[in-house]
Amino acid sequence: MTNHWIDIQHSDCILIQGSNAAENHPISFKWVMRAKERGAKLIHVDPRFTRTSSKADFYAPLRSGTDIAFLGGMIKYIIDNNKIFHDYVVNYTNAPFLVDGKFGFKDGLFTGYDADKRGYDKSTWTYQKDAGGIILRDETLKNPRCVYQMLKAHYARYDLKKVSSITGTPEKDLKTVYEMFSSTGTKDRAGTIMYALGQTHHTVGVQNIRALAIVQLLLGNIGVCGGGVNALRGEPNVQGSTDHALLYHYLPGYLAAPRTSQQTLESYIKKITPSTTEAKSVNWQSNYGKYAVSLLKSWYGDAATKDNEFGYAWVPKADDGKDYSVMTLFDVMYAGKIKGMTVFGQNPACSIPNSNKVRAAFAKLDWMVHLNIFDNETASFWKGPGMDPAKVKTEVFLLPASASVEKAGSQTNSGRWIQWRYEATKAPGDCIYAGEAIIRIQNKLKELYKKEGGTFPEPILNMTSDGLAEKGGYDAEKVAKLINGYFLADVEIGGKQYKKGDCVPSFALLQADGTTSSGNWICAGSFAQDGKNLMQRRGKADPTGLGLYPEWSFAWPVNRRVLYNRASCDPTGKPYNPKRAVLEWKDGKWVGDVPDGAPPPLAAEGGKLPFIMKPDGVSSLFGPGLGDGPFPEHYEPLESPLARNLMSAQQNNPAILLYNSDKDMVASADARFPIVMTTYSSTEHWCTGAFTRWQTWLTEAMPQAYVEMSEELAKEKGIKNGDKVRVESARGKLECVAMVTPRFRPFLVNGKTLHQVGMPYNYGWRFPADNGDSANLLTPTVGDANAMTPEYKAFMVNVVKV
Amino acid sequence: MADGKSILVDVSRCTGCRGCQVACKQWNGLPGTRTKQTGTYQNPPDFSHQTFKVVRFEDGRTKEGKTYWHFFSDMCRHCMNPPCLAGAQGDEMIHDDATGAVVYTEGTSKSDFEMSLSVCPYNIPRQDPDTKVMRKCTMCFDRITSGLTPACVLSCPTGAMVFGERDAMLAEARRRVDILKKTWPRAQALNADDVRVIFIVTDDPLKYHKYAAGV
Repeated sequence: MTNHWIDIQHSDCILIQGSNAAENHPISFKWVMRAKERGAKLIHVDPRFTRTSSKADFYAPLRSGTDIAFLGGMIKYIIDNNKIFHDYVVNYTNAPFLVDGKFGFKDGLFTGYDADKRGYDKSTWTYQKDAGGIILRDETLKNPRCVYQMLKAHYARYDLKKVSSITGTPEKDLKTVYEMFSSTGTKDRAGTIMYALGQTHHTVGVQNIRALAIVQLLLGNIGVCGGGVNALRGEPNVQGSTDHALLYHYLPGYLAAPRTSQQTLESYIKKITPSTTEAKSVNWQSNYGKYAVSLLKSWYGDAATKDNEFGYAWVPKADDGKDYSVMTLFDVMYAGKIKGMTVFGQNPACSIPNSNKVRAAFAKLDWMVHLNIFDNETASFWKGPGMDPAKVKTEVFLLPASASVEKAGSQTNSGRWIQWRYEATKAPGDCIYAGEAIIRIQNKLKELYKKEGGTFPEPILNMTSDGLAEKGGYDAEKVAKLINGYFLADVEIGGKQYKKGDCVPSFALLQADGTTSSGNWICAGSFAQDGKNLMQRRGKADPTGLGLYPEWSFAWPVNRRVLYNRASCDPTGKPYNPKRAVLEWKDGKWVGDVPDGAPPPLAAEGGKLPFIMKPDGVSSLFGPGLGDGPFPEHYEPLESPLARNLMSAQQNNPAILLYNSDKDMVASADARFPIVMTTYSSTEHWCTGAFTRWQTWLTEAMPQAYVEMSEELAKEKGIKNGDKVRVESARGKLECVAMVTPRFRPFLVNGKTLHQVGMPYNYGWRFPADNGDSANLLTPTVGDANAMTPEYKAFMVNVVKV
Repeated sequence: MADGKSILVDVSRCTGCRGCQVACKQWNGLPGTRTKQTGTYQNPPDFSHQTFKVVRFEDGRTKEGKTYWHFFSDMCRHCMNPPCLAGAQGDEMIHDDATGAVVYTEGTSKSDFEMSLSVCPYNIPRQDPDTKVMRKCTMCFDRITSGLTPACVLSCPTGAMVFGERDAMLAEARRRVDILKKTWPRAQALNADDVRVIFIVTDDPLKYHKYAAGV
């Protein structure tokens, strides 16, 4: 979230698109309902009418996989009707920048596309500069090469008629949503967008979010109270999992993961620290070298020295241009190239797309170590449907883990609050913390390497044990301190003394010379210098009256509650909306939230631009950083009901990775699979249900897999509510119960009636006996071009009565 | 008797999350029963001696073609003058003076269950087929007499359920209905004078549940 949960109450218009917040984030509706009682309007845009839609002032349906068309139409509407927050757009976005003369876009492709590589040469995705390297700009926004005019030209094609024919949303509904939400492009109104996996689970997932950001920037809704682009994260700590680098392509704190072309620390740091010619840009990323060195110091301790590049050589390097995402992992495993696997607290047999492929891949392993609180479809894959246990060679070790309430540690919510929690009760029997399991494995590996030697032992042998308890076991608070970071020498910074062993109270103090450590720079400051754990704070003071609660836990970064908050003030530092002032420049200092960058406001002496994480100091309407285009463009999902994309000749996102195993059948615009399908979670179950299916109050409420469909489709197929049906895709099939409901409606797409169905992925064959199986038996192995998030939300199936 | 307690259930704020349904089972030590998916989110299908709280789900379309989905977190209304007491043989059904809660004890195995059920306008009482004891919501009698909020109310994320002194709840009900009427002219508090568990609905009560407003 750019903002935080409590802040939703301040919004004047809430657009929930790509989220079923009422069902999947029930507590969010405490704040949504408060906003509504203040007079805010709630809009829900979704393929199906859900518990969220039931509370909306306006609900608009859209076909799964067409959000960019929908939002592109909104961008066009905002520009055509001059609904933009002009002052904000000119000062705080790259709208005035003049784009390179060679950059262009034609029939679905941006300049630089290489069909063989399925990727772009992005050298033209840049700006015109003067001899001094300063970006040329036109603050009147009239120059046809300025970003604003390029944006306008790009979305000129997204008229109501075209958008409606793609999305299936009636034109009048599109117009209503556009009117309602663009009413927030004024100083005194704020609009927020809440989204979740409904936006990310697409081959255009990242560009979906970019489209949301463009809308919010045009309306001046970023950085303001009641505004923002707010990602509703999944499980209570999924924000923490990404902060600490759950994914392969970055290190803790979102530092890019090293690649083989970056063999030296210097070359790595050069790659991750952008430069700028903009004098008024803070360009905070120029500090990343300090964070990288401090990270290495936290990993390798005293073994990391200036002479050995702080152990940079011991960090694994990914091959340039190569994907290591989970779908590729299973593709390689299915090809028999992986011998062993550890699975901690996951259930990939049900959660990863194309479950038949995943389950077959498991059978090619020699061993699997699985840590969990219950058995699940992954640990027991060898006795699952279609498996002959006698023929499966894989040896599975199931280790008992403690559950979340049996552990102390931090938990980071969607609003970036890192809250400490305590061990409520001891775990039963031999169950241990996952952290303890990792330490035991690490210690054993160290012991074996010491005894037997081996290739490249340094990364293991030099790994610090600073985070461990005295007796060598896992100590959550010590690990958290290691993550926060320490001073490793007595130093004086800005006239202040810091002693060796003190906690680093802010990442602004981290150094690139090895005198500080920090396991994750964004968490620096979660402990005070004296070692007080600020994540344990439960102070209820609310000085702004806006519910920022600065003394409740610790929010990364540096306890800032609203990101980009300096953009809520005009260039002189006066809040655009004084009634909900997150921040104000008063008597030579910032008052309110922790300012996003300490320097004065833009117009003051020494003033700086508000988007400090962007090299140019402004936010990006033109976003050249992504792999699939600087402007979001509508492409059809890999499996689509349409033989031809109505927007261009480019059917699918041209930069996606395609898999070719015999389990990767794709059926697009195929008469055998004429129905669009989407998958989701219910309130009552958690993810694949691996925890919740063992809980009888929850299985009582949601006992068995079901597929939701319209009355119209059911009639066509001769299906009655409650009938058993078979759902089939090109990759798999499963049986479940039909839920025939007026909440689903056929779409009119390109002049033709089109049906969509939906199914939760909360079920699996393991337990209870008759609950069904995973909806991921049906989903395709394909992901977003930038993030490789699987396309769980849009693919093609058929449904038949059994 | 003092005015006692009341629960206000404002369905306009309810998202049908069923936290209340599960919290009720948890506090009262009631088992999750084996159910089947029959084509609805509503499960278990109805009250039983093991289910005192059921969120009812009703979807449909209005005459204008607008889709709706109503949630009704059904429970005993704890009537001001509980008709179900007619089934009592002695003092096995308690109508508590201080709170106004209607509580069935183990002694209800001797009560006239059919009588109690037939006179209940809301179709609430259920009987354990083995012990013949009658069971239903107790307003979390054991909690509220210890200064705690009923389990269902405590679990509610949106403030759709609130618990407090009856006069305060009645005042809040009036305030809410006045506000809601601006958007939903049909908004009303159901039988507020007669029951302690007061439902505010925004549509025809029959669109929520057959017995929403009583028979």
